[in-house]
Amino acid sequence: MSVAENIAETPASKSTVTDMPVKMETRDVNVFYGDKQALFDVSLDIRQNQVTSLIGPSGCGKSTYLRCLNRMNDVVDIARVTGSIKLDEEDIYDPKVDVVEIRARIGMVFQKPNPFPKSIYDNIAYGPKIHGIAATKNEMDEIVEVSLKRAGLWEEVKDRLSEPGTGLSGGQQQRLCIARAIAVSPEVILMDEPCSALDPIATARIEELIDEIKDKYSIVIVTHSMQQAARVSQRTAFFHLGILVEEGDTEQIFTNPRDERTQDYITGRFG
Amino acid sequence: MDRKPDLSAKRVGRRYAAEARFQAYGLSAIFIAVAVLVWLLGTIVFQGLPAFNQYKVTLDVTFNADEVDADNLGAANYQAFARRALYDRFPNVTARQDRRELSSVLSGGADVTLKQFVEADPSVIGTTQKVQMSVSDSMDTFLKGQMTDIEETQPDTELVPSATEGEVSLLASGNVFSDILADVKVELEAEAENILSSARRERRGIGILENDLDALKARAEQAVGEEREGLLARVADLEADINGRIRKLAGLDAQAAILYDTARSSGGTLDLTAAMPSILIEVNGGVVKAKKVANDQVQGTVFIPLASSAPAAAGEWTVVTYVTPERGRLVKDRTATWLRELQKDGAIESTFADVLFTKGDSRAPEQAGLWGAVVGSFLTLIITLMLSFPIGVLAAIYLEEFAPQNRITDLIEVNINNLAAVPSIVFGLLGLAMFLNFFGLPRSAPLVGGMVLALMTLPTIIIATRAALKAVPPSIREAALGVGASKVQVITHHVLPLAMPGILTGTIIGMAQALGETAPLLMIGMVAFIVDVPTGFTDPATVLPVQIYIWADSPERAFVAKTSAAIMVLLTFLIMMNALAVLLRRRFERRW
Repeated sequence: MSVAENIAETPASKSTVTDMPVKMETRDVNVFYGDKQALFDVSLDIRQNQVTSLIGPSGCGKSTYLRCLNRMNDVVDIARVTGSIKLDEEDIYDPKVDVVEIRARIGMVFQKPNPFPKSIYDNIAYGPKIHGIAATKNEMDEIVEVSLKRAGLWEEVKDRLSEPGTGLSGGQQQRLCIARAIAVSPEVILMDEPCSALDPIATARIEELIDEIKDKYSIVIVTHSMQQAARVSQRTAFFHLGILVEEGDTEQIFTNPRDERTQDYITGRFG
Repeated sequence: MDRKPDLSAKRVGRRYAAEARFQAYGLSAIFIAVAVLVWLLGTIVFQGLPAFNQYKVTLDVTFNADEVDADNLGAANYQAFARRALYDRFPNVTARQDRRELSSVLSGGADVTLKQFVEADPSVIGTTQKVQMSVSDSMDTFLKGQMTDIEETQPDTELVPSATEGEVSLLASGNVFSDILADVKVELEAEAENILSSARRERRGIGILENDLDALKARAEQAVGEEREGLLARVADLEADINGRIRKLAGLDAQAAILYDTARSSGGTLDLTAAMPSILIEVNGGVVKAKKVANDQVQGTVFIPLASSAPAAAGEWTVVTYVTPERGRLVKDRTATWLRELQKDGAIESTFADVLFTKGDSRAPEQAGLWGAVVGSFLTLIITLMLSFPIGVLAAIYLEEFAPQNRITDLIEVNINNLAAVPSIVFGLLGLAMFLNFFGLPRSAPLVGGMVLALMTLPTIIIATRAALKAVPPSIREAALGVGASKVQVITHHVLPLAMPGILTGTIIGMAQALGETAPLLMIGMVAFIVDVPTGFTDPATVLPVQIYIWADSPERAFVAKTSAAIMVLLTFLIMMNALAVLLRRRFERRW
């Protein structure tokens, strides 16, 4: 069964893509690693309360693009970003902008679950603590509880909040990481292949979770699985060799791609 | 063309042989390493263990009230008290020379023991008290059996002493001394043999001289005038010389003949020679040192007076043999006899050598302790740790986390790695030039020692810290950055705590290295002879390895054991530190 045929049954395809306001606007983004250019003039809008998925073969620049969105590329010495990336009309690469604030507003979930080697409670509480979100212990408890509930982990861990987060199963760890990202009340959540290290059941659980929380956050997800992109996202962008080949409503990309390369990729001819 | 792998038995056999050989090389390397290590440790432990025990003698010391000033307790001549206690114990030792020998039993530090005894309880003044004092180092060595073997026999015949004091003869009712007499004769024969061989050398010499004489005579006959005169004079000299030698030769031959006669005749009473073991007879509560021996009797000098000259029954008297001849021992027969007497009283006890862990160094081995060096090492390491840990860790964090990648940081990095390989004595020279000569800091002080060792330890700590920081997985950094932690927060909240076990391990290993370091400390004067236990960072001090070096250089026999004991203490500290490092690594090691 081809991906395109599969689309009809996925939940994402059923939700109609309304014209939600633009949350993040990127224009002519170029990324260089030293002399090597990794992204070429990418212009893409991230819409509010929608899931935007970035697909494409390995090394196509989708993770690079994702990392530009919360300035994670700053960490890499040789990386250089040009073009404009705006969050609510504000350029996040403006020298006056505090990168810490940007990252607090734009949370991130990584490929491999990476809880801190601390207790479950401390994992969640760390972000709010460094940003001064909770004034009292009660407020903190509440944040932890709400975050874990939103991440659908509360029932499983409420009795062992003081146990190390690294003791959880892979899927639970990833949901803990999502809860950790939620705890600082971000506006955007970036997910870099969040299910690639998980088994199908845990993956399904995360996908459900993404669907549940998209009403509160704008989500950008990088994925290698086209089924996953089809299932969870409303918008899809296809990257190839550092170029944004095509973007549009998920349904349109998977059923009626405009570009031949997209067509080839989603039908499994390469990648 | 159809090529196939060569699977012949020969080829396979060769491969198996190569693999077996390879394993054998590895095994034998390990075996050699282990054997050497066991041998080394075994030697050190075997040599060092006796040093942890020390012999002490308990004597009745009378503290004369008129010789101790109650207001100035330190001023009294305590060594005299100690000596007098010994004289009282052996009242028959009266000659000045003998008393000097007797007082050599006691350690030169006996006065300190007595002084502390009085200071602890001044009410003992005017009374007689039992006080335990150290014996001197050679007595200690003797008592530990390291100076000579001691053999005791109790012959089953009666023994009749001729007197109780002075020169006596002891007559046994059987030929119980014949073995000793036989030994004497063997000695005599060996001596005669020696004399004969020198006689042979002499005879050869004479033969050569006679040839010379003949040649000289022939030349003199042919010569004329003044030359002839001169040659004749030389002939006369040479003849005189030869005659002298012939006379000497005759003397040697006669001497040897007499010795042979004596040695080969049966019975007789012969002198014990200096090359023989010492024989002492313990009878009727006294001790006689044998000088002459016959089959059934011994003549000698009384060291300890006999209670009576009544016959001693079989089994009631003892022949004590000190196997090493007296001339080869520091403790002479008489002193040894006194020690035996004290031992029989139960006055001599082997105790734990607490001096090792309470006192500083001393020239007298029985008073020399390690504590000064242990405290010195401790103070030095505190300075080293306080300097090198913060500087090293901060430098490593900056280099690893903040420094831009450029030529300067590359250069710094290369130099830090190279610094770890710089010979430590170079750091000592640097310390001498900089800290002592330029900054004028005190010589021999733990402060300066610590600073020098800190320089030496810095590269180790920096390298270990960088490795530990590098080992923290990037996912943790990303996780923290992802929730909006700043760079410093990422480092202080996440990276450092995770790297800390590695950093501590590196630091402890660096400290252990510093603890074992000698060379740089020699340069800044920590090799000085320091008796006092240091109380501060600027007091003169020495450290354990340097103490080992100083003791290893000391000539006294007892320092050999002390050196090994000090090595054992140092190794114990090193093993403890390394065990702590391993423990930390095991305890806090995390896997991702």
